[in-house]
Amino acid sequence: MAVATAPLAVPAKRKPISQSYWSLVWYRFKKNKLGVFGGVVLIVLYVSFTLIPEFLAPYALENRSSFAEAPPTAIRFVDAQGQLQAPFVYGLERRIDPVKRLRTWVDDTERKYPVRLFVQGDEYLFLGLIPMNVHLFGIDADPREARIFLLGADALGRDYLTRILYGGRLSLLIGLIGQFLTLVLGVTLGVISGYYGGAVDMFVQRFTEFLAAFPNIPLFMALSAAIPAFWSPIAVYFMLTVILAFLNWGGLARQVRGLVLSLREREYALAAKSFGASDWRIMFRHLMPGTMSHVIVIATLSIPGMILAETALSWLGLGLRPPLTSWGTLLQDAATVRAIRFTPWLLWVVPPILVTIFAYNMLGDGLRDALDPYSGR
Amino acid sequence: MTLTAQETAPTTTDGREVLLEVQDLKVEFNIRGGVIKAVDGLTFDIKRGQTVGIIGESGCGKSVTARAILRMVPKPGRITGGRILYYRRPRHPKPGQPQDLQVIDLTTVDPDGELIRQIRGGEIAMIFQEPMSSLTPVYTAGTHINEAVSLHRLLPLKKLGDQMAETIMAYRHVTREEAREIAVQMLRRVGIPKPEQRVDSYPHQLSGGQRQRVMIAIALSTEPSMLIADEPTTALDVSIEAQILDIMRELQRTANMAIMFITHNLGVIASMAEEIVVMYMGKQVERAKVVDLFYNPKHPYTKALLQSVPRLGPKTGQRLASIEGMVPDPLNLPTGCVFHPRCPAFMPGKCDKIVPRWNQVGENHWARCLLYEE
Amino acid sequence: MVNYIIRRIGYALILLVLVSFVSFAIIELPPGDFLTQKIEQLRARGDRSAEQQVETLRKRYGLDKPFLERYVNWAVNFLRGDFGESFEFERPVSEILGARLGYTIILAIATTVVTWALAIPLGVYSAVKQYSIGDQIVSVISFIGLGMPGFLLALIILYIAVIVFNQDAIGLFSPEYRDAPWSVGKVLDLLSRLWIPALISAVTGIGGLVRIMRGNLLDTLGQPFVEAARARGLRNRTVIWKHAVRIAINPLVTILGSDVFPSIVVGSSLVAIVLNLPTIGPVFVDSLRKLDMYLAGTCIVFLTLMLLIGNLVADLLLAWVDPRIRLE
Repeated sequence: MAVATAPLAVPAKRKPISQSYWSLVWYRFKKNKLGVFGGVVLIVLYVSFTLIPEFLAPYALENRSSFAEAPPTAIRFVDAQGQLQAPFVYGLERRIDPVKRLRTWVDDTERKYPVRLFVQGDEYLFLGLIPMNVHLFGIDADPREARIFLLGADALGRDYLTRILYGGRLSLLIGLIGQFLTLVLGVTLGVISGYYGGAVDMFVQRFTEFLAAFPNIPLFMALSAAIPAFWSPIAVYFMLTVILAFLNWGGLARQVRGLVLSLREREYALAAKSFGASDWRIMFRHLMPGTMSHVIVIATLSIPGMILAETALSWLGLGLRPPLTSWGTLLQDAATVRAIRFTPWLLWVVPPILVTIFAYNMLGDGLRDALDPYSGR
Repeated sequence: MTLTAQETAPTTTDGREVLLEVQDLKVEFNIRGGVIKAVDGLTFDIKRGQTVGIIGESGCGKSVTARAILRMVPKPGRITGGRILYYRRPRHPKPGQPQDLQVIDLTTVDPDGELIRQIRGGEIAMIFQEPMSSLTPVYTAGTHINEAVSLHRLLPLKKLGDQMAETIMAYRHVTREEAREIAVQMLRRVGIPKPEQRVDSYPHQLSGGQRQRVMIAIALSTEPSMLIADEPTTALDVSIEAQILDIMRELQRTANMAIMFITHNLGVIASMAEEIVVMYMGKQVERAKVVDLFYNPKHPYTKALLQSVPRLGPKTGQRLASIEGMVPDPLNLPTGCVFHPRCPAFMPGKCDKIVPRWNQVGENHWARCLLYEE
Repeated sequence: MVNYIIRRIGYALILLVLVSFVSFAIIELPPGDFLTQKIEQLRARGDRSAEQQVETLRKRYGLDKPFLERYVNWAVNFLRGDFGESFEFERPVSEILGARLGYTIILAIATTVVTWALAIPLGVYSAVKQYSIGDQIVSVISFIGLGMPGFLLALIILYIAVIVFNQDAIGLFSPEYRDAPWSVGKVLDLLSRLWIPALISAVTGIGGLVRIMRGNLLDTLGQPFVEAARARGLRNRTVIWKHAVRIAINPLVTILGSDVFPSIVVGSSLVAIVLNLPTIGPVFVDSLRKLDMYLAGTCIVFLTLMLLIGNLVADLLLAWVDPRIRLE
């Protein structure tokens, strides 16, 4: 069943032709400045939000404090006497605004806390393995007495920067995991349906048509509304990913199917068949690689959609729920008129979402131009 | 824009009036890799009612010349030198306006202006290489003709045959019904069956030959004084080609229209043109009457071109000659005579150094070759 | 053509039944329905008559019957124009949706008009002046629009309104007109606010349209028939609009059909929620969240219906504008 054995005399160290194709793609991609920029931004985002948020964040995720709804802390270099100093922050003091009858926080210029790099603080597992307590930055103070909130604090006195960093992990990974499931489903079914036709093809075609007829966002909502409320947060997270993948594979499968339909008539596929290669081998060793460049572009461009779907659903209360922290659940607290008026810093969750989405779009555009120079304009 | 009133246009020995005079025309394309000289020093003229053929390989600048005349050279290209003199007789003189001949240098006319738009399609019409895609798919044949007619064709205010007809100075646009009438007539003249029905056909309902006939009908519906035909039959079958050429000859006779016929097909040109201009890499290499060119070619390129045509006759059985070498890179043209790397009569030290001049080699016969220079 | 349309309608009807069944089933799916939640609430409050109350409600909404019977009942009533009753509002679904339909349609039309009136000229400009500074600016804007999620843009606008202009919300009316009867002033007030949500939806919709329009037109401008039209002596403007744009715009008709009709039912629900608009979208999302099944089901069916009608209309429009399709 295996395709012919190795040729007799293969020149040593000769690279297969497919490598030169990919190196050409890489060369073309490198010339697209925006695409490279998007890629670099994404690497930075994924490293800092999914690998090392514990280190970057000054506190632990659920570390509450009495500083409820404290505004962003200003890092100062000049003290009250006008003296230039090493960076420090002032302590906070609670005041009640006598006119508006509102709680506010004001700087207590009597108490100064220096800002330090690599301070010791809450315990965590670095990369999920190594126990550590060093954080990138922090202040030299008892956390009950004073804290540094670069992006302010939420209603429970938790550091909002910390929450955005941790929240990014779930939001960014849902895009990747969901897209991976979509790829597995879409490519497998697409290849099979394009190669065999018949019943599988019929099923894939009708099913994708049905999904297309169904209004998309409501279907998201309806399906995720169907996730039982008593499920564990992790199960909900996984279910949501599955739903995202389930609704997205159709389009991909259709495109792969079309490509396979044309590829299976090519000489190399026919040659493999004449050697007696099994269907399975022809499909996944010979045909599938031919669809890869297309699949990569579609996948890259649809990840932001998945991330946004999670964000929107969680924001509406139909996706992830507390105690899980994602950008979507953070948005629940931020996106009200009251929050915008009194704790506008909670909207700091929006910029990372937008940066992620635009970075993916730039990367996807760059990849498309590099992989398929004729389609891009 | 030069507008000079003149009594008469230059005439030739046989007394025919010159219609269009191209003098030392230069067209360049500024692209990233450098400058392409698409047309470099082209000189020829066309008389009223005459057919001039322009022949050469693809990329030699034939089509660019045609577009330069209509001021439609595509984007990075522009006219960088020379003149295109058009001797215009106003067709619909208005009262109080000069009625005599105008000489217009088309190279100085605003390419989007009113004047060139009157000339385009109205006085100099053009038909294209791809009949399959030269008609807008969503409009009927009639709509296309209508568009040209209502733009360019004016009718005297009073009915034809009126005693005053000859002195009429006021004109009006054709009405919708008249335009349709003209469309049907034109379709009939170009030999389309059932023109009353075909006038409402969309392009996709017509065959390739029919579409080219429609193109000709559009071009001729405005009664232009000159027709530029840019490889009008290249995309068609040979039998259709013959029909189309017949129609063009026939219409030319009845309408006294000049034709500039662009092609790479020597057989076609021999049956159509009176005079031929041969182009190679943007340069004009030879110009002669059709008989002189075919029986007494001067330039080695023309000779080679003629030898590469299959022919019936005593010499059958011989190998068909082909021109040696490759077409040079237009960004990096050879020095001296551009044809020298491929020329069988190459004179080392001369052809690759000296740029040949435009030499008269006989009556109405010119060639750009060092063989004919002292 | 007629055959084709009949086939399409038949196919659409089957799909509609299927979708309605599936959506009904999906809403049924979660353990515990709306009333179970209600019982919990009543019990927690220590309401003694809870059981009895709930039993009455169960009867009233037909929740004591098996699933299939309920679906058939609902479907039959649906065809009669009775869409059932909302648990949440305890009012007929048709009444709730009817009150909001007008604004939803107004918003859908405003959005479409703004989007297309901006996108088409921008796309045409961008293609005609390819590589000019203007083209590059348009390209950047459309790139941003393409990636920008509407509800986040709405949130940013809301932030500006609250912080900079000290407004309490955006909505469709100023407080003084919110409950006032219709008058010239109220209409003007509506118009002065309508453009905000319309523009938000437009910005996010424009990106894709501009890029498609630009690409199509660039392809078309390179076609021989465009050059032929110029050679006939037509004005540049006539050549571009009557010949090139006329062809390049055809594929966009499909988008018009499949976008506009569904947006009549829900529009961009997310934007509407952020901006607190009295449209159907927010009610629909809320009904899904609260398992208010008849309300949610009705919305889904109408949404699907509009999607199918939209596709059909798009096909018909395409045939109408393109003789190559019409005369096949």
